[in-house]
Amino acid sequence: MCISRTYPFSYMNIHEFQARELFAEFGVATQPGGVANTPTEAETVATGLNQGKLVIKAQIHAGGRGKGTFKNGFKGGVHLCDTPSEAKDLASKMLGQVLVTHQTGPEGKEVGKIFVGEAVDIARELYFAILIDRATSVPVLIASTEGGVDIETVADKTPEKILRLSINPFLGIMPYQTRLIASSLGLTGPLMNQASKLFTNLYRLFIERDCSMVEVNPLVVTTDGRLMALDAKFNFDDNALYRQPSIIAMRDITEEDPREVEASKHGLNYIGLDGNIACLVNGAGLAMATMDIIQHAGGSPANFLDVGGGATREQVASAFRIILADSRVKGILVNIFGGIMDCDVIANGIVEAAKETGLSIPLVVRLEGNNVEAGKKTLAESGLKLESGENILVAANKIVAAVKAAA
Amino acid sequence: MSILVTPDTKVLIQGITGSFGARHAKLSLDYGTKVVAGVTPGKGGQLFESQVPIFDTVDQAVRETGATVSAIFVPPPFAADAILEGVAAGLDLVVCITEGIPVIDMMKVKEAMKGSKTRLIGPNCPGLVTPGTGEKSHGGCRIGIAPGYIHKKGNVGVVSRSGTLTYEAVWQLTTRGYGQSTCVGIGGDPINGTSHLDILKMFNEDPETEAIIMIGEIGGSAEEEAAAWAAENCKKPIAGFIAGATAPEGRRMGHAGAIVSGGQGTAAGKVAALRAAGIEIAETPSDMADALIRRMKR
Repeated sequence: MCISRTYPFSYMNIHEFQARELFAEFGVATQPGGVANTPTEAETVATGLNQGKLVIKAQIHAGGRGKGTFKNGFKGGVHLCDTPSEAKDLASKMLGQVLVTHQTGPEGKEVGKIFVGEAVDIARELYFAILIDRATSVPVLIASTEGGVDIETVADKTPEKILRLSINPFLGIMPYQTRLIASSLGLTGPLMNQASKLFTNLYRLFIERDCSMVEVNPLVVTTDGRLMALDAKFNFDDNALYRQPSIIAMRDITEEDPREVEASKHGLNYIGLDGNIACLVNGAGLAMATMDIIQHAGGSPANFLDVGGGATREQVASAFRIILADSRVKGILVNIFGGIMDCDVIANGIVEAAKETGLSIPLVVRLEGNNVEAGKKTLAESGLKLESGENILVAANKIVAAVKAAA
Repeated sequence: MSILVTPDTKVLIQGITGSFGARHAKLSLDYGTKVVAGVTPGKGGQLFESQVPIFDTVDQAVRETGATVSAIFVPPPFAADAILEGVAAGLDLVVCITEGIPVIDMMKVKEAMKGSKTRLIGPNCPGLVTPGTGEKSHGGCRIGIAPGYIHKKGNVGVVSRSGTLTYEAVWQLTTRGYGQSTCVGIGGDPINGTSHLDILKMFNEDPETEAIIMIGEIGGSAEEEAAAWAAENCKKPIAGFIAGATAPEGRRMGHAGAIVSGGQGTAAGKVAALRAAGIEIAETPSDMADALIRRMKR
């Protein structure tokens, strides 16, 4: 199912400072501040802000930054301070250091940039999000008075505190809808106008940048009566990235799984997992089902990998190289239902890659479909040590047993 | 009968001169499908494979050939426009094979289609097949990219979000001697034209369909909705399979719509909903046809 489709990357995330840049571009009120690459830049940014408390935040994609610890022993990826020189000092302890949080894994993430912002005194924390609702196929606005906490928990325990409003895609967000939400959040007087503007501009950002979700949590009212987006999470529609060069420019490949970065260069749809049995499959549904059946057979999948319906011999060979470059991988399961795709093309790709990389781990191949006899012959005559499975379950049982025997 | 299309259905192909569209148009012709027209703007007046007339617009193709169904093979940036061109030409059915259409484009397409008589299947789907009576089901109606030869004419309806899992199920049925009425791939995108529930309702009404395989995957709640309806309304035995039990939360598993987010759309939740509706669950993708046979004997 592939028409001039490449997979530039299947997981487009952006940094907090980039989210604030998007807010600024679209006129969505947010915490004043800027990004810094060096301690001196941090001091400069801080000097340009209003006097008062400052907040310094490490810029990595993982959550849990505040409670994280740097490998140099410095505690916390989020700090408050009072002066630009203190900001510079804090920056020097964070930049270039590796921060470990509950989401980064023990290897942590190196901090290359920090955000320096004006700390705000919060009077109220609210929640506001825009997403595409699959059931109705239109955008919905979601708002709640319960901000700063996990919205799923709110939905679970107090569903009456969540307001949902559908948007007509051709009309866009209507002014009355912004007032309805503002009113339900208790934003009255001058705050109502601020809210209408913020919701309208955020919707414009959502549509014009092809988001699939924007979640502002918390949306805050400050003690001095300003409404602003304090923290946000963006998801972008991968399918629309071809027309969003400014979003693609925000990509930070140091935040991505290197296996996935490599796979994307070859137009392969790959997602790295933690198990030790790699799989190579044609078709996304079958690829998911193959991961599932590895687990069903008592093993653990190392990846999702869909080589697509029209894979070439070169793509299959690249897929094999990516799989074999992963030291976690102790066995490989190839599962191909070649409806239109020629099984012999797959077989040749496997043989080429296995010979080139000197395959030394168990390999089980299940081939079915178009020209399957030629494919099986190619594999049998290759001299490679491999097993075949006549159906997926048999193949999965064989690879799990082989990996356990080799361990 | 069958659902949606019969071997007599006249099909046109939008994007017939692109490499992908041309390849599958040829395969459909070889299968015996009545491909009566192609559409490629600027190439009107030419012939595809020396036999199928090419038109500049869908409207022209429909007027001159009587085509009622279209298959779309145009690249993602132009696919929304192609769908709406088919709708404007008054087609009964538009099947969009294209993968990678922006969600916001599809949202507008669905809104614009409200009140029209056209049904959309897909996008990002393998299409549909009503098998024929010839050798290896030749003479059937093949719209899209599914391999024709794996089918066999018979009485099982298949509906799925995934192409290759559909082929698995069909092949298992065929090799066990069970033919199919119609096999429909509804596609892997979060916004699509036709749901599991829509297809279940059609199978339920179709006298030729005696049993159903429904294949789903993580993301959304379409399988749960179909199961809830089936529990109350479907007279025919159903087997189901759900892919994605091992998928990590928050990641799109190849299909744009295959994502678990906020604990919603999990495989476990869907399997439980299907079971509660009396649907026989295939534990593995190797077990889909056997699960249906178990259910039919129950």
